[in-house]
Amino acid sequence: MGLRTFIEGWPVYRQLTGTDPLGRGAAAKSDGSRALTARTEDADSVARSVCPYCAVGCGQRVFVKDGQVSQIEGDPDSPISRGRLCPKGSASKSLVTSPLRQTTVRYRRPYSTQWEDLELDTALDMIADRMLAAREQTWEDVDTQGRPLNRTLGFSSLGGATLDNEENYLIKKLFTAMGALQIENQARI
Amino acid sequence: MAEAHPVGFQWVMEAKRRGAKVFHVDPRFTRTSAVADSYLPIRAGTDIALLGGVVRYILDNELDFREYVLSYTNAATIVSEEFSDTEDGDGFFSGFDPETGTYVQDSWQYEGNEGSSGSGHTAKERDSASGLEHESHGAQIDGDTPRDETLQHPRCVYQILKRHFARYTPEMVERVCGIPQDKFLELAEAWTRNSGRERTGMLIYSVGWTQHSVGVQYIRTGAIIQLLLGNMGRPGGGVMALRGHASIQGSTDIPTLFNLLPGYLPMPHHADHPTFDEWVDSIRHPGQKGFWGNAGSFAASLLKAYWGDAATPENDYCYGYLPRLTGDHGTYQQVLNMIDGKIKGYFLLGQNPAVGSAHGRAQRLGMANLDWLVVRDLFMIESATFWQNGPEVATGEIVPKECRTEVFFLPAASHVEKEGTFTQTQRLLQWREKAVEPPGDARSELWFFYHLGRKLREKLADSPLPRDRALLDLTWDYPTHGPQAEPSAEAVLREINGYDVATGRPLSSFAEARADGSTAIGCWIYTGVYADGVNQAARRKSRHEQDWVAAEWGWAWPANRRILYNRASADPDGNPWSERKRYVWWDAEKSEWTGYDVPDFEKTKPPSYQPPPGASGTEGIAGDDPFIMQGDGKGWLYAPSGVLDGPLPTHYEPVESPVRNPLYGQQANPTRKMYAHPVNSVNPSPPEQHSQVFPYVFTVSRLTEHHTAGAMSRTVSPLAELQPEMFVEVSPELAVERGLAHLGWAHLVSGRAVIEAKVLVTDRLTPLRVENRLIHQVWLPYHFGFEGLVTGDSANDLFGISLDPNVLIQESKVGTCDVRPGRRPTGPALLDLVADYQRRAGINPGHNAPAVTTDSEGKEHGAS
Repeated sequence: MGLRTFIEGWPVYRQLTGTDPLGRGAAAKSDGSRALTARTEDADSVARSVCPYCAVGCGQRVFVKDGQVSQIEGDPDSPISRGRLCPKGSASKSLVTSPLRQTTVRYRRPYSTQWEDLELDTALDMIADRMLAAREQTWEDVDTQGRPLNRTLGFSSLGGATLDNEENYLIKKLFTAMGALQIENQARI
Repeated sequence: MAEAHPVGFQWVMEAKRRGAKVFHVDPRFTRTSAVADSYLPIRAGTDIALLGGVVRYILDNELDFREYVLSYTNAATIVSEEFSDTEDGDGFFSGFDPETGTYVQDSWQYEGNEGSSGSGHTAKERDSASGLEHESHGAQIDGDTPRDETLQHPRCVYQILKRHFARYTPEMVERVCGIPQDKFLELAEAWTRNSGRERTGMLIYSVGWTQHSVGVQYIRTGAIIQLLLGNMGRPGGGVMALRGHASIQGSTDIPTLFNLLPGYLPMPHHADHPTFDEWVDSIRHPGQKGFWGNAGSFAASLLKAYWGDAATPENDYCYGYLPRLTGDHGTYQQVLNMIDGKIKGYFLLGQNPAVGSAHGRAQRLGMANLDWLVVRDLFMIESATFWQNGPEVATGEIVPKECRTEVFFLPAASHVEKEGTFTQTQRLLQWREKAVEPPGDARSELWFFYHLGRKLREKLADSPLPRDRALLDLTWDYPTHGPQAEPSAEAVLREINGYDVATGRPLSSFAEARADGSTAIGCWIYTGVYADGVNQAARRKSRHEQDWVAAEWGWAWPANRRILYNRASADPDGNPWSERKRYVWWDAEKSEWTGYDVPDFEKTKPPSYQPPPGASGTEGIAGDDPFIMQGDGKGWLYAPSGVLDGPLPTHYEPVESPVRNPLYGQQANPTRKMYAHPVNSVNPSPPEQHSQVFPYVFTVSRLTEHHTAGAMSRTVSPLAELQPEMFVEVSPELAVERGLAHLGWAHLVSGRAVIEAKVLVTDRLTPLRVENRLIHQVWLPYHFGFEGLVTGDSANDLFGISLDPNVLIQESKVGTCDVRPGRRPTGPALLDLVADYQRRAGINPGHNAPAVTTDSEGKEHGAS
């Protein structure tokens, strides 16, 4: 290493002679930090998305690398949020990649003190059977005056405000066709 | 707003930078207060007194935007002489029925229309939360109404309003709310200055406003002010509801709610809607003006979307398949029914009632008494593990080995692992692209419900039972793709948008809806989101490449309209009120409405149009009637029907209050929905005895760093680290009074529960002088529960169940409690402490105090 290279390697020299007199940019960079690139630069794909927390509807860009979410940032094009995210929106990547997320079906038998594993398809089948049984046991054809009721009050559902419109549409459509009335969500709370 | 909707708050700061004055009204000094021009601490639950004070200030000083008020509101309309006001009834309007605790609304009607109040009696409407139907349109009213354009008639709405709020003086505001008069006058002056041709003002509330026993009337008072000041339908105006979940607006429009069908069509009632025609007539009100005249087309098209080929004009489009309401089937009634063993199964879809709903103990006891429970969530939430880790396990009320509930936990896909639309708080739909596949067994709700439906239909395929026809005839043939057979969300969105049955062509506008079975529409207010076969919600034209209205970013219902009732942004002649506030106007040359937004008016109806006598439907709307979904085309200062607890807002004390109502003999909303169930109770309020057992007011709200019941934030390490602990904020004065140490422990007791929290002594809370005494308020975050990275007791456990009569939403923003130093007891001793408080307060669980206030001499107030 020559003397000149050595001196130029000094941040204070670059700060005094270069374009960064406050030493907060190029002057302060080391070889290591100079080689760093943003996670967003080498993403395989970017999805245009929307923050899942409150109802402001801030735009998000979801960066994907090797099939995994590598970063989530505010969408600068959005007329609503202009690229900004709050602490929760900024933590969206930690939300979707949280190690606490459950990724398998869990099952608790009546009177049991622990969880067990269950196949997803088996669970779906068991749930369908229970819905049909509850419906059969509680079905109401008509009221006391013979007017139609066509319903079951045997089971209930709660939730929908965190879900998509398309999902809410199918939930309401299916439950209504089963005669299930007691469908509610966060808008009632 | 800076706390709970920080990114939306950037626009408030932008307005402030341009000279807007920002007022913040809150019981607690927050990050919003810190940057506001003026902060007004308020006693929780007294907002109608404050806003009523502003109404009086406007009327007394004649500061209303008179031209707007005369032409666009019902200020001039004359009300029946049978009407009597709360000022004359000591807190009761005419028509109160003490038997049911509800009103008969006949006497509230416009003169000459006394018989047209709809059902007449509102007990049934309260049980079915029918107020919610008015999210997209006004209530029933006859179109032809007598008016006095001079506003001098003693029974015109303007004069009634003036008398109703005459006692809401600055002195009264101070007495009730604890807000000093000079602070109040500063607010009233600034608000009223932003009115007229050149200026508008905006009212922003968060939905804590809805969580009161008079929640709907809070918002009504705000709407009255905004109408008087000419701030509706104009840029920079409006009443902005800041809602709290990504698609809570969407799940109200396409409702997972018991009393509604998509597009605010009512779920049929067994007695009122026995036939299709009677159901449709109850929505469109034959003879009434306005766009609901087309309700038959919307109703037939929905049923056609549900039941396809099976739905024909001859069989009333399978109307008979719809289940019928008989009363209150809301979530709180359900929970009490679970405790009573009447409900067998329960689905939880991204909601966590063990923490997020009022009266957490009732929620958990209900879930512990089910046959089966299905929880679909990202995380193992409290509502899935109550049988194992809940506080009732510690007290011995739930014993795992004796708890019979079978629990299925199914992992859900996150927002980046599926595609679909959210509807945000300004009715804007935004499509999300899918970024990655969901992990393991995680699936979207779209997948779960589509395949569940498929299985149910397979299991019943050979059923001869008539009741199974509705399921077997259902259109349920969505295309699927990918290794998991994920249904196509775009195909569902296309059905929501609606299509021409013969050709499959997506409809462009709900004006194309037909009542003859030729159109199918899943949610008529969303028609246009898939116009021309293009997913309009996926539009992402950068804000840099379009004007400030940004009409090509996403899609807003209805018809991509960004400001509702924007006909009011022009004067009666159709010209902009001012150059500055130009938005939508009449182009005389082209003979059409034009502007920056999609005009909320028939495009070629001139401002001069006057309906022929007796006209109904859209024909009955005059060229200067901007409020086209209202039966008379006017903005309602006075609501002759549709609001069950009164045509005008009236200050009632919260159900639990340490203060006697300073304005009326009637203490609390006499029409509130109460449940006399052994698990439920209400802390006593004056003039009942023993209210001093619970001397303090508590309120709850959000932290920036957490979200609702915590499932999406207490599980996320950066957020958990930022707000790691349950705490209670108390004023220095209260800390001295109760011996509370900063960073020490306190416990709070109500008639339902006792919870503990770390103490934060702070002057963010200040005692308020109300009725010559000091009222102490404490504040708690409601995010904490017993699962996740950070845990703590749940604030919502403290609340009981008392609901607003219009929408059946609980009062969970104000209650009374006691505050004691140190940690709470554990185990059975905890139950003993609550029981001791109940005994001292004279609480008899399962028995409510009567809705009509009875004073110490046993005299009922006002009821007649």
